[in-house]
This record gives sequence, C-alpha cells and structure tokens, in this order.
Amino acid sequence: MVKFEIHNLNIWFGSVHAIKQVNMEIQSNEILSVIGPASSGKTTFLRALNRLNDLNTNYKMTGALELEREDICAVDIEVLRRKIGMVFALPLPLPLSVFDNVAYGARMHGERNKRLLGQRVEDALRQAYLWEEVKDRLNESAFKLSGGQQQRLCIARTLAVGPEVMLFDEPCSGLDPISTAKVEDAMLKLKEKYTIVLVTNNVKQAARVADRTAFFLTGELIEIDKTDKIFTAPKDRRTDGYIRGKFG
Amino acid sequence: MKRNSYRTQMIAFFFLFLAMLLIVVPVGLIIVIIVQKGLPAINWQFLSDIPRQGMRAGGIFPAIVGTVYLVMGAIIFALPIGLLAAIYLSEYSKDNMLTRLIRLAIVNLAGVPSVVYGLFGLALFVVFFKFGASILSGSLTLGIMILPIIITTSREALESVPYSFREVSLSLGASKWQTIRHIVLPNAIPGILTGTILGLGRAAGETAPILFTVAAFYLPQLPSSIFDQAMALPYHLYIISTQVPNVDAKVRYGTAFVLLTLVLFMNLVAVIIRYKFRKKKKW
Amino acid sequence: MRKFKEFIVEKLILICGIASIFFVILIFLFLLKEGLAVFKTVSLFKFLLGKNWYPISEPPQLGILPLILGSLLVTLGAAIISIPIGVGCAVYIAEVAPTQTKEILKAGIELLAAIPSVVLGFIGMVTLVPLVKNVFHLPTGLTALSGSIMLAFMAMPTIVSIAEDALYSVPKSYKEGAFALGATRWQTIHRVMLPAASSGILAAVMLGVGRGIGETMAVMMITGNAAVIPHSILAPVRTLTATIAAEMGEAVVGSEHYFALFAIGIVLFVISFAVNVTADLFLHKRQ
Repeated sequence: MVKFEIHNLNIWFGSVHAIKQVNMEIQSNEILSVIGPASSGKTTFLRALNRLNDLNTNYKMTGALELEREDICAVDIEVLRRKIGMVFALPLPLPLSVFDNVAYGARMHGERNKRLLGQRVEDALRQAYLWEEVKDRLNESAFKLSGGQQQRLCIARTLAVGPEVMLFDEPCSGLDPISTAKVEDAMLKLKEKYTIVLVTNNVKQAARVADRTAFFLTGELIEIDKTDKIFTAPKDRRTDGYIRGKFG
Repeated sequence: MKRNSYRTQMIAFFFLFLAMLLIVVPVGLIIVIIVQKGLPAINWQFLSDIPRQGMRAGGIFPAIVGTVYLVMGAIIFALPIGLLAAIYLSEYSKDNMLTRLIRLAIVNLAGVPSVVYGLFGLALFVVFFKFGASILSGSLTLGIMILPIIITTSREALESVPYSFREVSLSLGASKWQTIRHIVLPNAIPGILTGTILGLGRAAGETAPILFTVAAFYLPQLPSSIFDQAMALPYHLYIISTQVPNVDAKVRYGTAFVLLTLVLFMNLVAVIIRYKFRKKKKW
Repeated sequence: MRKFKEFIVEKLILICGIASIFFVILIFLFLLKEGLAVFKTVSLFKFLLGKNWYPISEPPQLGILPLILGSLLVTLGAAIISIPIGVGCAVYIAEVAPTQTKEILKAGIELLAAIPSVVLGFIGMVTLVPLVKNVFHLPTGLTALSGSIMLAFMAMPTIVSIAEDALYSVPKSYKEGAFALGATRWQTIHRVMLPAASSGILAAVMLGVGRGIGETMAVMMITGNAAVIPHSILAPVRTLTATIAAEMGEAVVGSEHYFALFAIGIVLFVISFAVNVTADLFLHKRQ
C-alpha cells in the first residue's frame, strides 16, 4: 500500500534550490533508505515530510506531498507531526527525566492519566529495546544515559506519540558500532508496524536494513529501487560511482 | 630599534595599568569608606525605628519599607510584560522592520535619563491618571524604567536554550506555545531570574524617577495602601545629605550603607545564580 | 479550547513585544503634552538661547542657555577625563591583564555600575568636594569640575565594558598576523587592535558620555546648582537634569515653570534619543 506520494516536489531556501522536481512513493511498512553525498538534499527531503522545514523563514515549497492521499499542508500541523515521528542525527534528549522524555509527546496531546502514561512509556521503551536497561532509572536525567541509550530513548519518545511513519535522520552518525547495531535491530523490528524513512551517510547501513533505496544528488532524485538492485545493478552511472565510493 | 620598541611598550602598558588603577582604586575606596563609617551606625534600632528629630536621629524603617514596596510594585508590573516581550523577540519575531523598531525602542528606553522617567511618571500617572504621588505611580514609573533590563536579559536567557530542543518538541507534535511553556521557559529561568534581580537592584537605587511620583520628604508612618506616599531609601539619603542641615554623619553613612548593601546584595545574588547555572548546564 | 487559549497567549505576547515601542512613544507624547505649552509664552529660540533662568520671577524668564552650557561643560569635562582612562582601562583588561585578574577587574567595574547614583553623589560630597576646594583654594568645592570628575567616574562602566567587547570581537587572526610580522604587543594593540575596534570604541564613548548628560542625582549634589552661565570649570553650575530634579517639587502643576521643566525634559529626551540611535548604528556597523 502506498503511504506517501510525492509529486513534483521543489524546495527553495531563499535562492538555493534544494530539492528539484522529485517524484516518488513510499510504501507502508517498508524501510526506505535515502542515500547521497553531503548537501544532496536528503535531510531537507526528510524534513519536508513532517513539515519541520516550515520553521525556516525563507523556506518555499511547491508540488504535492500526500500522506494516504491527503495533502500534508492541509492537515493540522500538530496532528501531522504526531503521525510522522522523527529521530534526529544526534541523540537529543530533552532536559527532563527518562520518563518525562518519553511521556512528553503524549502529555502535550492532553494525556493526563498516570496509569496510561506509565503503560505508554513502558511499551515505547520496550519497542526501542531500552526498557530493561532503564526501568530502574526512569527518574534520572536523560543526559545520564550513554549515547546509544539516548538515541534509543529518542526512538522510544517518538514511538510513544503513536506515529504511523518514522523518519530517521542519520540516526547512527554519533554512535559506536555496537550501539548502531542495536538501533538497526530496533528499526528492523519497527517496520512491522511503521513505515520507516532512513536518511543515512552510511551506504552499508542502507544495504543492511533498507527494503528500497533512493539515491539523491544535488537535490535531484537520481534513482529509487529495491536495495539489492541499487547495490548490484544500478541503472545510473552516478549511483554506481557513489556506492563504490568514487565520490561523496 | 628592537629595544626601543620594547621600552615604548613598557611605558604604554604602565599607562594602561594606571588607567585601570584610576578606576578600580576609587571603587574600592568608596566601598571601604561607606562600610567603615556606615557599619558602626547600624543597629537594630536604626533599622526598625522611624526617623526622629527631623530625621537627625532615630531610624530609617519607613524608608526601607517604602523601597521594598516600590521595588515589588515595579517588578510585578515589569516582569510579565518584559518576559512576554522577550518571548516575542526570541521565539516569534522575524527579521523585519518591526523587530528592528522594537530593538531600537528598547535601546532608547534604556537610555532615557532617569529624571525624564520622573517627568513622564508625573505627567502620566500622577496628573493624567490622578493616582497622585503614590507608591502606585512610583512603581509603574520604575517598572517602565527597568523594562529594558528585564527584556534584554530574559531574551538572552531564552536564546541560550538550544534550538534543537525546540525542534524535538515540535517534531513530537507539541504546539509552539507548549514548546515555549514546557521546554524553553523552564530552561531559561535562571537567566530570567538574574535579569529580574538586576532590575530590582536598579529600581531600588534610583532616586530621580521617584522624586515627583512617590517620595515623601518626611513621613513617620508606614504607607497603608498603594495610593499612599512613601519614603524611600535613595530619596531619604538625598534629603538628609542636602536638604536637612546638621544631620549626624553617622545617620548619613548608615543610610548610604544600608542602601548600598541592599543593591550590592541583589547584584551578588544575580551573579551567583548566573555562575551556578553556567556550571550545571546540562547541554 | 487549548487552541483558543494559545491564540490568546500568542496575541498577548505580540502586544507585550511591541510594548517597548508603545512606551517610548508614550513618554515622548506626554513630554510634548506638558512641555509644548511653554512655547505659548516664550519662543523656541528664546527658550534655548535665553541667558536668564528665573522661573519664579514675575514675569518668569525662561532661558535655558545657562543650563545647557552647564550640562555641556560638566559633560565635556567628564569626556576629557573618562575617554583616555576608560579606553585605557578597557585595553588593559582586554589585552594586557592576566586571565585571572581580568575577571576580578571586570567584577570591580560591574560593581561600580551597580552603585546607586545618590550614593556616589553622597560620597562625592564628603570626599571629592572638600578635595577640590582645598586643592584649588576655592570658596566652595561644589563646582563643575567636581561634577565632571564624578560623571567621568560614572561613565566608566559603560565605556570600559562596551570598548572591551569591541576589542574582544576583533578577529584573532588580525592579532596573530601582526605577531607573525614581528610586532610587539603594544604595536599590535595600537596599530591593529584599536583601529579594528574603533567603531565599537566610538560607540562606547558616545554611550558613556551620553549617559553623562542624563545623569541627575550625583551631579545635582556636587555641582553647586547656580543657574548662571558658567565662566570657569571651577565655578558652580547647574545642569539640565539637576534643574528638573531640584525645581519640579516646587513648581505648580500647570504653571509656566512646570511647562518649562517639561520642555527641558523634551530636550533631554531628544539628546538621548540621538545619542543612542547613533551609537547603535556604530555598534551595528561593527557586526
């Protein structure tokens, strides 16, 4: 089933044309990885999906972004962002306790019931493979967790809001290989329930976890296909070059 | 040639050092003089008694109370407005003409001579609104005067909260106001507190704005409502130094000591809060 | 419901955001409202350049030239004293002082900024005034010179801190470049750092001295308050600010005298506005 449809997407920041004429679909319950060299527009693309680019005052967008056939610019922005969660490049816990971090989104949406909140927090932490490690430290500051734990906390925090789509913006760029493996495990498990878009600098990571892979270069979508196809028989010479590490 | 330029440097540095001494030494002297001559005047009676014998004896209790009232009134007025203005500037304003105008207005508000604030308070609050010379008029005047301090420091505090926290909060579906209320404000409180206390200190020490808006020359009882006149420490010091002949030097120094201690204490508290906050910053 | 609440809050934030503009305009309007009335009886020219300030004689003579000259004299004196010392101290703190003393010195300067003007006026009365009297063998130490010295002292925190900021924000590469060419520290300071920070230092001086024109209490307490055209820096003078502070208490609301004092307020407001806007331009040029 098609989750996202993107038609003729163009994005400008001031006079910089960051995304050029992108057309693609994102399927439900897949992991779509977005790869490309620095400033190829992959993060901008990702942030367009939950309208986080709107924060930028000189941002301009044309084209259509549809979530289940509904224009995302017509939806209430807070409802949209609840449906489309985001995990950032660096672990960014809020300056709150572990529990309050995970409960934050739900609380902001008006959940007051202590028992339900507790349940939600526990579920989310379990899904992010973090519960066992932090169940005795829920009231500690989130900054006391290790980097890998913090990043899984951020995943749990996003899950606790009850999203349909999860956006990952280079989620392992600050992590060691073991923590990275744990985050990747979590992602593979999560795709049973969620649609995942993963922006990554790490081509190998895309090969390990993604069902399909999209290659961006200077704001253009060069090619999108099944991951094994992209990695074994790319159609475009530039995709091949990037994957083989000729540039980027 | 080389030796020559080093000699020039020595001479130049000596003069720079001298310039520094010319400022720092008098500051030290002022503090020492006031402490040395003022401290002996301080006793419980001086702090708790009303002025007696035409302010030549007795205590300064009504002046202390008046100053406390004025400062509280000023902060009750200025803190909410200043804080919301700071929130506007740090969270809502765009880089446009209006923002530039606001910034310019704040700079000017900070630069208006204190005696002009006094005139303004007299014209608007005392005469136009008919509050009379009262704690209310004085508090409002002082409140507007310290607004720039509160706005500037609060804004710095708000802007020092990392931008990424706001992004995270918004990405979790929180609204802009929720983000400000639950993430930005709590983490800016120490800075806002610092600014507020600095504002308090400034309001406590100013004389000119209260000359015609509150100050009672001699009022041996405590004010009973915000529409009453009141004595105030800085004005009291002014009067007993210039308007009343033959005041015992001890009373003058004692009053100066109390006022200076009050103001410097508030500044010290502000500095300590700022220092502690920097040390325990989590990000 | 929540949306509605947030809508109200955000509107409130906007209103408070523009409150500063509102207050500046309000101050100016009320000064005009009370001050312009004086020009029904005296022309602007006569008001600004009249040589006599006898506000309570019959009819009142409302020329503020002596007051303007008084303010200018005191402020000029303060500028002459404070600019070299203030800038010198800023250079010392920014470029010469060892790191540990730097913080202590800055705290000392901040301390000075925190001392209420009335306390400085009092201290000036008991220390500076007798000193000036004895050194120059004058009948009274309440002179323009005393005011200038005190004002210079009060302008220091502004001058030092803004000038120090300006020096601090000169790119490090300038200094490194000069050192690389074999310049001594002093040569680097006066050939490279001072010119590079000049617009910031100029703003510092303007703001420091500009505050001086508006300073009231300390000046009023130690300049002697004689509203005559000053002939010497060793004579008593009266400034614009001191005139308002000293006389408003006795002026009857709605009298010529009352209007005239507000008109002086307009003059002060305009001066401070001009100084602040210009200084702000210089500070911005730097960025």
